Amino acid sequence: MRTVTVVGASLAGLHAARALRSQGFEGHLRIVGAEHHLPYDRPPLTKGYLTGAVTAEHLALTDAQDEAELQPEWLLGARATALDLGERSVVLADGRRLRSDGVVLATGAAAVPLRGTQFLGVHTLRTLEDAASLRAELREGQARVVVVGAGFIGAEVASSCASLGHRVTVVEAGAHPLASQLGEEIGALCAGLHADHGVTLISGVGVAELHGKDGAGSSAGQRVSWVELTDGRQLPADIVVVGIGARPATAWLLDSGLPLSDGVVCDAGGVTEVPQVVAVGDVARSAGRREEHWTHAMAQPAVAVRNLLAGTTVAGYETPPYFWSDQYGARIQFAGRRHAGDTVRLVEGSPSDRSFAAVYEHEGVRTAAVAMNRPRPFAHLRRELGRPAGTVPA
Amino acid sequence: MIPVCRLEDLPLGGSVRLDLDPPITVFHADGGLYAVDDTCTHQDASLSDGWLEGCLIECPLHAASFDLRTGEPQCLPARRPLRTHRVSVEEGTVWLSPAEEPAREKGDAA
Repeated sequence: MRTVTVVGASLAGLHAARALRSQGFEGHLRIVGAEHHLPYDRPPLTKGYLTGAVTAEHLALTDAQDEAELQPEWLLGARATALDLGERSVVLADGRRLRSDGVVLATGAAAVPLRGTQFLGVHTLRTLEDAASLRAELREGQARVVVVGAGFIGAEVASSCASLGHRVTVVEAGAHPLASQLGEEIGALCAGLHADHGVTLISGVGVAELHGKDGAGSSAGQRVSWVELTDGRQLPADIVVVGIGARPATAWLLDSGLPLSDGVVCDAGGVTEVPQVVAVGDVARSAGRREEHWTHAMAQPAVAVRNLLAGTTVAGYETPPYFWSDQYGARIQFAGRRHAGDTVRLVEGSPSDRSFAAVYEHEGVRTAAVAMNRPRPFAHLRRELGRPAGTVPA
Repeated sequence: MIPVCRLEDLPLGGSVRLDLDPPITVFHADGGLYAVDDTCTHQDASLSDGWLEGCLIECPLHAASFDLRTGEPQCLPARRPLRTHRVSVEEGTVWLSPAEEPAREKGDAA
């Protein structure tokens, strides 16, 4: 391979580039990024970056060592609009066609917006620009903030806003916050952190509509004023943050011929139908699963790159999912693949103290582990995943 | 020199975190006592909560791993070494001599 193009100047894209070099690729390495920034770390955007504890410079993922080792050609602010598999070119918005022997798809995911919301003061949070614009508004004095969605993004944003002294309400359409990620029991425990810190959580109620200051009519240019819930309640709002999930950024691949299904369809090793095209990070649907976690985006590219350089799938990414969330001063950690209906067993600590470690079990097999403010036992549990329950002294 | 603890209170596999600025942790690993900066050079996490195996300490948050003998990172996401500090034992007490060199600014690099 003489030329490899990585599409996506993201955590996954950068780690693909690092893997290419560390695995011996000596050819021309291009990294295409739709954003104008070099790769940066997104997790702090909902936390330290919003509260002001860290600045944009602290988010940089690359350093001088990377420049020296990767020798990349950066194409930033360049949006890929198509992939021509016939001539194996990545096509950019300005018409440039980047012929490549290998292509790494790392375009990630985009935040899902609330339908029909052009009001000023309504935010989603995915990019540095998103976070910068929210941060600027949060600095304009105490505000009534409504967070739509009590997932991890929503919870972390709510926590940051509360710590800045804003009055925060979280609205969750599902009856059980975080149930899909953590199960009902543990999800409810984590959702309890909101109330601990003076944040109101409204569950099982959706958002019907947003309203502007000037009443009905076009929302463009108008500032948001209140949120109407499906049960008729009205929540006054100066700022609305929408955290209702992300969709893989695959629109540019629609005409490529690559199979897409909530992500780029690939095998366990990240290889698509075309062995010279691999998918990494959030955009990859590997062996039927798609992961949106930081650790996956950091570690999975090395496997995909190995397969790309081998010309065929020689390895799969088998590491169980792991993610963490910092909110309200608590650190939540989860690892594994739980199933609906798994039994939850407390291993250490106490939920009421907001400090515990627990495991999920399915038919006698440990499927996952979770902890709040218990990093040590969690590290132990994470290593023991997959062994039959009971073989590990808890 | 800063007194850390009695040697018998720091068994093999154990650690003691000292709330200095920046915090330093003394580990009792295979081969002896080692002291390093407690905060992972990648992101804010306490290595005293980490996984100790041989002379390697693994960060509890993102699994970056460091060699306690040298402070060198063994794998991503960490890229910068930890500062290491001298540890001695005198008459059953563990002593720490913090390194003179300043800790690097948080966020110098990812």
